[in-house]
Amino acid sequence: MESYVEDTELRLGLPGSDAPAARGSKRSLPGIDAAEDDSGCGNGGSGSAAKAQVVGWPPIRTYRKNSFQAMKVEAKVEPEASGLFVKVRMDGAPYLRKIDLKVYKGYKELREGLDGMFNCFSQGELSRKEGCNGSEYAITYEDKDGDLMLVGDVPWEMFICACKRLRIMKGSEARGLESRQ
Amino acid sequence: MARVEEAGDRDENKEEETSWWSPEAVEGGRGGEGPSGGSRGGGGGGGDGDGGRPDTQPQPPPPPPYSDQVLENVLENVLQFLVCRRDRNAASLVCRSWYRSEAQTRRELFVGNCYAVSPARALRRFCGARALVLKGRPRFADFNLFPLGWGARFSPWISAMASASPWLERVCLKRMTVSDADLAFLARSFPSFCDLTLICCDGFGTPGLAVIAELCRNLRVLDLIENDVEDEDEEVVDWISRFPETTTSLESLSFECVNCPVNFSALEALVARSPSLRRLRVNQNVSLGQLRRLMVRAPHLTHLGTGSFRSGIDEDLNATDLEQAFLASKSLICLSGFREVAPEYLLAVLPVCANLVSLNLSYAVITAEQLKPVMLECHNLRTFWVLDTVGDEGLRTVAKACKNLHELRVFPFEATEDSEGSVSDAGLVAISNGCRKLRSILFFCQRMTNAAVVTMSKNCPDLVVFRLCIMGRHRPDHVTGESMDEGFGAIVMNCKKLTRLAVSGLLTDKVFEYIATYGKLVRTLSVAFAGNTDLSLKYVLEGCHRLQKLEIRDSPFGDAGLLSGIHHYYNMRFLWMSSCKLSLNGCKEVAQRMPNLVVEVIGDRPKDLDSDTVEKLYLYRSLEGPRDDAPPFVSIL
Repeated sequence: MESYVEDTELRLGLPGSDAPAARGSKRSLPGIDAAEDDSGCGNGGSGSAAKAQVVGWPPIRTYRKNSFQAMKVEAKVEPEASGLFVKVRMDGAPYLRKIDLKVYKGYKELREGLDGMFNCFSQGELSRKEGCNGSEYAITYEDKDGDLMLVGDVPWEMFICACKRLRIMKGSEARGLESRQ
Repeated sequence: MARVEEAGDRDENKEEETSWWSPEAVEGGRGGEGPSGGSRGGGGGGGDGDGGRPDTQPQPPPPPPYSDQVLENVLENVLQFLVCRRDRNAASLVCRSWYRSEAQTRRELFVGNCYAVSPARALRRFCGARALVLKGRPRFADFNLFPLGWGARFSPWISAMASASPWLERVCLKRMTVSDADLAFLARSFPSFCDLTLICCDGFGTPGLAVIAELCRNLRVLDLIENDVEDEDEEVVDWISRFPETTTSLESLSFECVNCPVNFSALEALVARSPSLRRLRVNQNVSLGQLRRLMVRAPHLTHLGTGSFRSGIDEDLNATDLEQAFLASKSLICLSGFREVAPEYLLAVLPVCANLVSLNLSYAVITAEQLKPVMLECHNLRTFWVLDTVGDEGLRTVAKACKNLHELRVFPFEATEDSEGSVSDAGLVAISNGCRKLRSILFFCQRMTNAAVVTMSKNCPDLVVFRLCIMGRHRPDHVTGESMDEGFGAIVMNCKKLTRLAVSGLLTDKVFEYIATYGKLVRTLSVAFAGNTDLSLKYVLEGCHRLQKLEIRDSPFGDAGLLSGIHHYYNMRFLWMSSCKLSLNGCKEVAQRMPNLVVEVIGDRPKDLDSDTVEKLYLYRSLEGPRDDAPPFVSIL
């Protein structure tokens, strides 16, 4: 069985049934909630306008899920709003993390999410224009062609389609990348 | 590099043992045969003292101080025939002598939770182990509920093994992190190594596989099943070419999950020089035409993973040629693959259907009509995995054809909560009517009724595994609108051999009361989005005496429920609870009261661990106390 994430409406049970409200189905995101702080459980079902993500449900491995994507596109079936898990590696950190890009609405949320996970951008915002002078780290990604690019260059929607994996690298290395671009 | 001929102390002892063994020595002078030299228990290989002395004259029994030694030697010779680990565990409890003998003769070391015992301790006791079978992360890790980097690394085990004994022959790992360096170390340190099986593991890539291929000269089995094989694109290595040029001892090669292009001519040549090859499962980059060529090279295969089952671009494949290849493969009993199946070629498998015992079509997007002609020939099928695109109609065909079916898995093509869903209660009922000998079922659906589940419970009393996943959370019986309590209740009531259960749909505390009352043999229970109060958890922990593995997510169980299991947690392999209502204090209390339990609180962010609520709890018994390799997002209480 594989894992899978999807956008679902915040309705639980069939319409018209008296299925009780979601118990314990608080948003459990692999990354972080950029906007709100999740306090206790039982918080879920509070009718936020955004679609709730449910990590790992139904319990199907990503491997199996991804096997059918190509076929669905061919058959012109509406592709599911599946999660988009990419690995994140930070130079110097011994552990890889995985995040779901679909959780974030844009670059700002992504940076905040990564910051929360790795505690790397403590010195305020990373600004590409400033050439990474302010912070120690820069976020880069590997695209479908295998090229390493700085995050933030292309429109967000294009980015999430192209991004295969993320790498948080030291600012010094990233500067070289920038001049290449 | 250690050489097999360098007999360690143990081997010398073995020779002595064999020469001591004669019934006269024990029974006092009556005639009898010499050492039987029979089969070794559990896959022992070299070093088992093949050189014993030939039959000697009956000897008088040794004087009393030595008779204990004799008994132990006798015991070892007898115990080596015990293979099942549960039997061995029981034998080891008889007395110290039996404990020692059992420990000396255990060849396969199985550790169900790699953190329950340290490698050093395990290998100290079982110094004769030739096979390591380890499990790391629990099943929920497959669904992104465990952050990457949580643990379960193979490194400490393989290092400890290298110090303990060079005789390692076989390794089987499930849900562990294995690095390329680990694989290289394995390949270099154990000259007798011949059998590697990795299931749902991660951390390695083609470079590691290349070293295994190149250095394990006696390799018989290389089975890679559903692993997460990640290669940086520039690092992909042509590992298939690394097998030695000479004839190989390969019996099984499975690499469906290694999703990078394969050097086909190297693969074909490898198959051609592997006369013992019986199981071959290729990845989806092998086209149908290429598969045909492989089959022609290896007509004695018993297990075949067919790769894409689609002809390559510019490949002109004659359907008759393909059918010929299947006709010639008279030994095939297990088929899988069909990753991108071109349905027009499916009928080519007809010649082997009658012999098939296992068929995995769970990646094959086919309809009921396309399935039918194949299914109707599969009279001997025991195991069948399929995609729900075949619908209830397809399941009816299965029920009609496969009277001896033991295991059925129906996977969803669209694994979302609100997809249409092609299989339902009707399909489940059909299966239960036709496949009365069913022992194991995994069924994903969107709609289900209690009546259908009750019917299955009555028609299939031999069920050992019942896993029903109604994909919509909290979804009730779609006909009556009631909860699914009664259906699952009937399962535990009527299926008296049930050991594994996964529940779903709208469920109240009642279903857990049923499980506690009737599910006395249940060892593994999976719960998601179910129950009303702590009573559910209390019922289960107090009533299910055989419970070993309990995985719970998104259910309203809190500290009271957690604490009700204190009397039982030492008997369990693990408990997982995520997105429930646990607090840090409750978990701390469990940790305090149970010193041999490791209580891990896992957060997605380091600051989650300071919060009073516990998002993810993973607890397990261990002889070693808190592990020292826990990452920063894990807090051990």
